[in-house]
Amino acid sequence: MNPIAKVREAVAHSGHTVPAPRTEDHDTAAEAGSGPVVALHDAAVRVGGRTLWSGVDLRIGPGEFTAVLGPNGVGKSTMIKVLLGALPAAGGEVRVLGARPGQANGRIGYLPQRRSFDASMRVRGTDVVRLGLDGDRWGVPLPLPTARRRAVRERVAEVVELVGASGYAHRPIGQCSGGEQQRLLIAQALVRRPELLLLDEPLDSLDLPNQSAVAALIGRICHQEGVAVVMVAHDVNPILHHLDRVVYLAEGGAATGTPQEVITSRTLTRLYGTPVEVLRASDGRLVVVGQPEAPAVHTDRHGIPGGVRAAG
Amino acid sequence: MLLADTAVPAWSWNLIADFQQMWSFPFMVNAFRAGAVTAVVSAVVGWFVVLRRQTFAAHTVSAVAFPGAAGAVLLGVSAVYGYFALCVAAALVIAALRGSGDHEESALTGTVQAFLLAAGFLFIALYKGLLEGPQTILFGTFLGITSTQVTVLTGVGIGVLAVLALIGRQLLFASIDPQVAAGRGVPVRALSVAFLVLLGAATAEASQITGTLLVFALMVIPAATAQNLTARPILSLALAVLLALAATWLGLTAAYYSPYPLGFFVTSFAFAGYVTARGMHALHTIRGRIRPSLPAKEVTA
Ligand SMILES: Nc1ncnc2c1ncn2[C@@H]1O[C@H](COP(=O)(O)OP(=O)(O)O)[C@@H](O)[C@H]1O
Ligand SMILES: [Mg+2]
Repeated sequence: MNPIAKVREAVAHSGHTVPAPRTEDHDTAAEAGSGPVVALHDAAVRVGGRTLWSGVDLRIGPGEFTAVLGPNGVGKSTMIKVLLGALPAAGGEVRVLGARPGQANGRIGYLPQRRSFDASMRVRGTDVVRLGLDGDRWGVPLPLPTARRRAVRERVAEVVELVGASGYAHRPIGQCSGGEQQRLLIAQALVRRPELLLLDEPLDSLDLPNQSAVAALIGRICHQEGVAVVMVAHDVNPILHHLDRVVYLAEGGAATGTPQEVITSRTLTRLYGTPVEVLRASDGRLVVVGQPEAPAVHTDRHGIPGGVRAAG
Repeated sequence: MLLADTAVPAWSWNLIADFQQMWSFPFMVNAFRAGAVTAVVSAVVGWFVVLRRQTFAAHTVSAVAFPGAAGAVLLGVSAVYGYFALCVAAALVIAALRGSGDHEESALTGTVQAFLLAAGFLFIALYKGLLEGPQTILFGTFLGITSTQVTVLTGVGIGVLAVLALIGRQLLFASIDPQVAAGRGVPVRALSVAFLVLLGAATAEASQITGTLLVFALMVIPAATAQNLTARPILSLALAVLLALAATWLGLTAAYYSPYPLGFFVTSFAFAGYVTARGMHALHTIRGRIRPSLPAKEVTA
């Protein structure tokens, strides 16, 4: 298939208009507030003796929506793991919620990549959400009518309502659709009122209406509840008009800034060292043409063939 | 072997008389006690086995129980200790083999399993004096359950349940959602090893009632049945315990009044419960389909 045809195909998926990306109106608030939620300074990471990315500078303030973009295998999920403290940074400085990574995980909501429950998982959605609240406690919950139990129930019901999952949260989660499961998992990540949400490709494997609905939900949580969001995405378009900031990872380096600054032909060409073109479709969607493929060694199972795809 | 060689007591349909007659034998009282303890422990551990899909591990461990029991008898030790020693050892070996990966080394464990079954047969052949032959170890018996055995089963059972009561919630989290649990600081890997040890102990208990070949009757079937009936964790756990207890006591009664091995009856009763639950579930689904379905309430924006 020729590149133009692929571009057309990628653009043909759009069914909605996209307003201009948000501007940096949060920065002043972030500076005035309690300091950055995430701060990376010249950070680098190595796995298996290979440097995935380095020289990443990033400051995310409270209530900001940041997207982490880049080809498969570039180290986007690895960045989330670094922020969780599951993997040490190989260089530079990383601070999360004012502490070393891993020190404040109780204040972080995490949604790992590609998680779905198959039909035989006979546990209700509310149970999965509730584990996010107190699943790390010792002991077993006793079915006694205590005040604590009532508070737990209320909080779970509240967060299920917030993500719009009340209609199916009592069903076994294995019998919910992909979009329904994703909402319940977002509720699980939110149930402890985190200050930071780390979402690894939450729109993956959702159909287009569900992608924009879940993206809108995350945008609403971010800007209305003031939760900072770091979201790994394959396609920037469903979240473009919610975004404050993007991090574009490439083999070796990274580009950070507002979407208008970063997702441009000039910045991406410089980042990848090969001609990359960013096209804007008439409806505002961005299409990145010529972005190089992932590094040679990668075991990611969901590689997308071809050198052309929507940004991300 | 079994009561077939002597005389099979007759079932009279006078329940009180029947139970009085059955419980006039101390070994039958022991059997009901041991059965109750084992049913509770196996059902609770088995509930997590089903949730974690570790039935293959349970099967491997139970295969080891056979040479364990036979070897202990050959060495002149009580078979009870053979069951526990080898089942827990096997669980630890499985934990070590798995290493950091989550997959089970099925080819290797399969090979070892086959060898151990052969070893069990060899032990029995070497021990000429063993009256029952392999059948009682493989398919279970209620004869000769001693008071000591009941004490050991109860002690180990209380230990297993106590540990589960302590780690239950974290284990549930780690079983359903290991990545998020790990992110929250739940020691997923350590819990997985600890659970394998509990699995070993529970399998050793179940082996002594149902026989090593039929441990699934208490480990898997009640939990699978209960999880079919309800998706509420606490309720399905309680249901699994009740089902396992019912299958065990019904099985003991049936085995007492017939010439067939205990494991056969426990398995049959448990399986009947499973089939009934599946049937009810299917009926429920069909009825739900026939009823005019309400429009989906999901909010899409
Ligand atoms: N534990 C590990 N050991 C060695 N290599 C790893 C490990 N984890 C990830 N990698 C490699 O690091 C690269 C980046 O992985 P990942 O962060 O998952 O990429 P992305 O999320 O951007 O698709 C991949 O090439 C992957 O194979
Ligand atoms: Mg990834």
